[in-house]
Amino acid sequence: MNGKNMNNGQNALFCQKLTKAFGGLEAVKDVDFRVTHGERRAIIGPNGAGKTTFFSLINGQHPVTSGSIELLGQDVTKLPAHKRAALGLGRTFQITNLFPTQTVIDNLVISAMGLMGTKFSMLKPLSSYRPLYSKAEEALKSVGLLERDSVLIKNLSYGEQRQVEIAMALISRPKVLLLDEPTAGLSPAESHMMSEIIKGLDPSITILIIEHDMDVALSVADYITVLHEGRVFMEGSADEVRGNTRVQEIYFGEE
Amino acid sequence: MKVQNKSFRLAWVGLAAAALVILVLPPVLPPFYVSLITLALIYGLVATSLDILIGYTMMPSLGHGAYFALGAYTAAIMNTKLAAGFWATLPVSILIAGCFAAVLGLVAMRAAGVYFLMITLAAAMCVWGLVDQWVDFTGGENGMSGITRIGFGLDLNGTLSFHYFTSAFYIVCVGLIYLIIKSPFGRTLVGIRDSASRMQVLGYNVWLHKYMAFIIAAMFAGMGGCLYAYFNKFVGPDDADLAQCMEFFLMVSMGGQGTLIGPNIGAFIIVFLKNLASIYTDRWVMILAAIYILAARFAPKGILGLPEQLREKKKAEAGK
Ligand SMILES: Nc1ncnc2c1ncn2[C@@H]1O[C@H](COP(=O)(O)OP(=O)(O)O)[C@@H](O)[C@H]1O
Ligand SMILES: [Mg+2]
Repeated sequence: MNGKNMNNGQNALFCQKLTKAFGGLEAVKDVDFRVTHGERRAIIGPNGAGKTTFFSLINGQHPVTSGSIELLGQDVTKLPAHKRAALGLGRTFQITNLFPTQTVIDNLVISAMGLMGTKFSMLKPLSSYRPLYSKAEEALKSVGLLERDSVLIKNLSYGEQRQVEIAMALISRPKVLLLDEPTAGLSPAESHMMSEIIKGLDPSITILIIEHDMDVALSVADYITVLHEGRVFMEGSADEVRGNTRVQEIYFGEE
Repeated sequence: MKVQNKSFRLAWVGLAAAALVILVLPPVLPPFYVSLITLALIYGLVATSLDILIGYTMMPSLGHGAYFALGAYTAAIMNTKLAAGFWATLPVSILIAGCFAAVLGLVAMRAAGVYFLMITLAAAMCVWGLVDQWVDFTGGENGMSGITRIGFGLDLNGTLSFHYFTSAFYIVCVGLIYLIIKSPFGRTLVGIRDSASRMQVLGYNVWLHKYMAFIIAAMFAGMGGCLYAYFNKFVGPDDADLAQCMEFFLMVSMGGQGTLIGPNIGAFIIVFLKNLASIYTDRWVMILAAIYILAARFAPKGILGLPEQLREKKKAEAGK
């Protein structure tokens, strides 16, 4: 394959002709996509454009129909999702996806174990693994939820659940992070707080963020990819995207 | 906080009641009742292991009777044909039940929901067919009698002494299952139950964890089967049949899945109901079906789920 040659080591993520069909519907179509290390990229596009599906292809939750994906210099097209996670890929979900019957702290402890051999231990209670709990507490502190540690997830407010969602993705220190509409459904104040959290993340983390709110997208990302009907409609800086009249039509026009 | 204190106190009361029934009362009870308690403990262990699948991993297996039967027949065959003792047969029973699950899991875990139920049940019916038909080896319809309680390291020929041995064995095994559920591995099962897609993203090989749980549960059921053979001194195709499989399932769902304690309560109820009902009628399967329907209708979360169910009902009525 020439994929290796074309990837000059600068790319955190490199997709070629990525296609995903659900039956007759091509949700993602011939997408070529490249993100360099440490880049912050926003992905925008109207509802149903294929953004979430694109993320699920990258992280391996959906098998691709055709095309290839290279993550951190390695072809991962056929790698199962958990192995991509082990390579340093994290993601959050548009629809909150937590462990609702567990406490906040246990959600983070389970997250912290994901890439550790501890997950197979059977003969000591999880609660005796103090370092995991300190790690979880640290992660909670970073999103300002420490005092809620022993609350069950299902009893948290929606905004708090979104914060847990981010904290869980961060705890294993991913190198590439996919954020799927982290501010969806939040109040303006919560939304602002969320973008502050994202902006405060370690600059070495490569971040792809799907964001409906243009202001949030522009405040965290340097560069924008517009998806439309499964295809890359255009890529450019914030100004270029804002200035493009056809983007206005398909995207801003609908609001 | 208040609710937590209350349930804490309730747990102690329950534990004290269990200790009373299992450890204190047997010397003053008639042997018939003592052996019913012994049997309930053995079934309770099997039902607890099934709860790993039904309650913690969302793999509602109807075929748990298969591992129980494999464990029991392994012990019976080794004991009657090779004069093997308990501690020699136990590891073999565990191994055979575990290997069967390892193979079955590869097939069954490709399916979900009703299909999973059907495949596990079909596997159990294969085991039943095997012990029913392979006359030379299993005695066929006549089953296998003449099992002797040897190789325990103790004289366990009395009802009471066997009961106490079973109690000790039960406490260790159920304690182990409890520990596994509380362990990091057990918590990953809860995570998978709550959200498998999240677990994948966190780096968990969801399939592997479920597969391991599937095999571990089978191994404990095999242990229960092995002990059962020595308890009953007889095993027959009835110990592998559809009703037996349904009983295990019912013990878990009636007692309260995902609680570990509930299946043991379920086991006691089923064992006592079955043996007391059989004094009056031989239509046990019909009674079993009736209990099943009643439980599903009035206590979908099982007996241990009743307080929560009532609380929710009150809340819903208060909301109106
Ligand atoms: N699992 C699925 N099965 C079938 N169709 C799907 C599935 N997931 C998404 N789709 C369809 O693919 C298209 C893109 O969806 P999605 O990726 O969620 O868009 P976006 O995130 O941009 O709103 C939609 O038409 C949606 O209905
Ligand atoms: Mg989406």
